[in-house]
Amino acid sequence: MADTLLYAKTHEWVKVKGNIATIGISDYAQGELGDIVFVEMPEVDDEFESQNSLGSIESVKTVTEFYAPISGTVVEINEALEDTPENINEDPFGEGWILKLKISDETELEELMGSSDYKFYLKELHEEED
Amino acid sequence: MRTLFYELYGKYGGKVVDFHGWELPIQFEGIIKEHNCVREKVGLFDVSHMGEILVTGKGAIEFVDFAVTNNVQKLVNGQILYTPMCRQNGTIVDDLLVYKFNDEKILLVVNASNIEKDFSHLKSLINKHNVKIENLSSEYVQLALQGPKAAFIIDELIEENVDNIGFFHFIETSIDSVPVLISRTGYTQEDGFEIYFTKLSKAHFIYEKIIKQGEKYGICPIGLGARDTLRFEGGLMLYGNDLDDTTTPLEARLNWAMDLEKDFNGSIALLKQKEQGIERRLTGIKMIDKGIPRQGYELYDIDKNLVGVVTSGTKSPTLGEALALGYVKHPLWKKDIELYIKIRDKFLKCITVKYPFYKKPSLTMVNGL
Repeated sequence: MADTLLYAKTHEWVKVKGNIATIGISDYAQGELGDIVFVEMPEVDDEFESQNSLGSIESVKTVTEFYAPISGTVVEINEALEDTPENINEDPFGEGWILKLKISDETELEELMGSSDYKFYLKELHEEED
Repeated sequence: MRTLFYELYGKYGGKVVDFHGWELPIQFEGIIKEHNCVREKVGLFDVSHMGEILVTGKGAIEFVDFAVTNNVQKLVNGQILYTPMCRQNGTIVDDLLVYKFNDEKILLVVNASNIEKDFSHLKSLINKHNVKIENLSSEYVQLALQGPKAAFIIDELIEENVDNIGFFHFIETSIDSVPVLISRTGYTQEDGFEIYFTKLSKAHFIYEKIIKQGEKYGICPIGLGARDTLRFEGGLMLYGNDLDDTTTPLEARLNWAMDLEKDFNGSIALLKQKEQGIERRLTGIKMIDKGIPRQGYELYDIDKNLVGVVTSGTKSPTLGEALALGYVKHPLWKKDIELYIKIRDKFLKCITVKYPFYKKPSLTMVNGL
């Protein structure tokens, strides 16, 4: 698990650099989805409120939406995922990044979890399942 | 519920999910890897959740022939038949395999989710037939060994020559003195076998024996995820998706598994439906726009009128295309009709195509002619 990242309860990660947030899904999320075959992306300049659906990720078996961990405007999407969506499985914190948002309200970052909190959150999720 | 192999899933990296009340592995190494392993090499499936109903007695043939749509009278001993089983109104109770041992003994292999329904349906049809029906589902273990290398492994495990087990035929033999029934059947559109046995204490032994024997052929344990993508590409029906309590064999294009010349439960209704013409029919669908069709997505004609629904869909691992099966209204089920599919409020273009999307290669001959 990448330690410097922030996480949402819906399993997206956020890496902040200046006023730009790079967003992807966590290793746990890609593992739950299985083989990813298609990512439905928003367009550059689309604006999102925190917790809005950004798009969807399709695996062989299922489809799930992914959500904006914070509010912002899309400034870049990872176009490589169009041909190699499996990058999300193979390198969820690197090549598998999904898009970049220009942050509209930095205070929202405080709502997200650090990596140790996220680890604890995953542990609790598993205990509920059992 | 768990099958006897539950403890082995963890050993082989299986990820367990709930499937109609059964705790079964959705995947081991990954759906696409497992899928390709079956298409290119060989895979082992635990399908013990499937149901087995034994019909015995002097009236066995006549009774089963009346209960199902396909012709059981034509079977020879050791032969198997795929068939729907219908209600009087022609709708499908289940689709199943009929194993003929002899004139007085028939085994029906039915879908896990339909065992109780099938058993009570069959009992309701007994009337004056001289038969005994037993639900032996918990007494049988069932494994499936599928893929172009499957025949090599079976040949090494049994005394008989595997080449003599014809497609949709079975033999009763043994693996390391455990009595087994081996049939050349499957749910993958590859050459393959299904293995049944009742010596439950030997379940792990047989499973591990097959895995070990298959090592040199690159055998993989296979989960439900790849089981679904394999059967989907092969155009094989999944009850609960492509077939259900409202569909008829005519709508599901199962005419080939139906003998309308004979008298069976539902034949009058089906003859009438055939005469009047059917309103919806199953068709293959290929995406033109980008997107992946899934069960329940709606289909629209070019004027955006609702005309049907998707029953199965995925991105085909073998063909790399986003494909679906779905019911559409007359006459849009014909080939090359452009339709829209509604995926999360967007209308995306797709086109009707023929299925199966993937066709079975020929049987593997191990010992030559």
